[in-house]
Amino acid sequence: MTDIAPKLQWKGVSKRFNGGAPVLDKLDLSVAPGRSLVIIGGSGQGKSVTIKSALGLVRPDAGEIYLDGEKTVALSERKRRDLFQRVGVLFQGAALFDSLTVWENVAFRLLNADGVPRKEAKALAIEALGRVRLGPQVADLFPSDLSGGMQKRAGLARAVVANPEILFFDEPTTGLDPITAAAINELIVDQVKHLGATAISITHDLASAQTIGDEIAMLHGGKIVWRGPAADLKTTDNPYVRQFVDGRADGPISNAV
Amino acid sequence: MGAHAVNPVRKLGRSTLAGIQMVGSVGLFALRGTLAAFSAPWFGGQTLRQLVSIGFFSLPVVGLTAVFTGAALALNIFTGGGRFNAEQVMPQIVALGITRELGPVLAALMLAGRVSAAIAAEIGAMRATEQIDAMRTLSTDPYRYLVAPRLLAATLMLPLLTVVADIIGIAGGWLVAVQILHFNPTIYVRNTLDFVQFWDVGSGLVKAAVFGFIVALMGCYHGYNAKGGARGVGRATTHAVVSSAILIFASDYFLTTLFST
Repeated sequence: MTDIAPKLQWKGVSKRFNGGAPVLDKLDLSVAPGRSLVIIGGSGQGKSVTIKSALGLVRPDAGEIYLDGEKTVALSERKRRDLFQRVGVLFQGAALFDSLTVWENVAFRLLNADGVPRKEAKALAIEALGRVRLGPQVADLFPSDLSGGMQKRAGLARAVVANPEILFFDEPTTGLDPITAAAINELIVDQVKHLGATAISITHDLASAQTIGDEIAMLHGGKIVWRGPAADLKTTDNPYVRQFVDGRADGPISNAV
Repeated sequence: MGAHAVNPVRKLGRSTLAGIQMVGSVGLFALRGTLAAFSAPWFGGQTLRQLVSIGFFSLPVVGLTAVFTGAALALNIFTGGGRFNAEQVMPQIVALGITRELGPVLAALMLAGRVSAAIAAEIGAMRATEQIDAMRTLSTDPYRYLVAPRLLAATLMLPLLTVVADIIGIAGGWLVAVQILHFNPTIYVRNTLDFVQFWDVGSGLVKAAVFGFIVALMGCYHGYNAKGGARGVGRATTHAVVSSAILIFASDYFLTTLFST
């Protein structure tokens, strides 16, 4: 496995905001093609900054991020747009555009970046909505007409509609009830498998992490403190993971805080 | 004691640097938004939507402001002019005041209240809910999709709204002059048309285009850079309206100076 060139790699990535403590501290992390990596960790430990740095939404102070071996940190806006053609993102709150209908949201990239005609784009959007088990009747509704779970599904449809190579999931089950969360996890696994994509997710939800991840990495203090197969999460004796999984107040995490 | 002596200097230095940084940041934002308006890809649908939202839907508020201002101006000039027997120049002064100054400035201030605030709130809420980040990851430049159409629409629509404000403002003055002050309606109109020169209206329209750009720029800039959720959106809205109003008055003075030389 180590011989396979990583799809995405963070190398020595550091980031701090307004001269505060480092959020990412020489982070080294990589994901192999077609694998699903879930990053877990407490609030404020740099999970969001990790994926935002890979997306170019946050610029690291030091280090480099490679996509298929190519540097991405200093990409021009135009090249970044090309890179985004290969990426799909499901944001924490789904981040659907309120002023557009559900199908226009799902087809946003097709309509505005790829120049697909509206009729064809709508058909593709309805097909993508079907993949996340939303019927064509929601296509003409606005995001505010949908429940939180349905918004997440529409966000997932938007992320997968253009068949991306890499998918990012930012807290995909936050704010959802356990049944809806399980349904979203299942859809994520389906879509990642269907596309054969590389997936990077961040979550607090351990059940979600074990369902959608082939591997899990724990981020603490801006560094990876443990990484292993998803199945090992419950059995590892790593003190950070143990404390996080058992939800104990005492341990290296509270000491570090 | 030394520290106390240094503190005000340090504070002054810090706020000066912050001010310079802000000017630079607004300048770069304006440049990026303007360049996006003049290079493909364009979002025609978005621009059309903004033209209607900024132009058409501002007509009632601009019209009402203009009619009352024109009417009040006529009364004031009549009263003031009466002190040195100059009541008869009232139509000319109303026309000059409206076309060169009050038409563009009042239309711009109304737009600052209605449009700049709405732009800042909308884009600020999009920032707070990660919609702007989402747009970037969907290979769409928010400067092209959000900023450029608003800059273009406000810069084009405010001169048109000013033409409306000029006409309705002068009509407001005419109404008061004819109905209350018993001026001859035909002579009032003839005096106005004979007196007003092209550049009186033209200079007001140039001002209006600049003010329109300022209104949209302040709304977009403060919304785009909103931080901290709902409170940040509220702050962005306030900053957009206040900074638009101040910049309208400041640029009005400089443009008037420029046009007077």
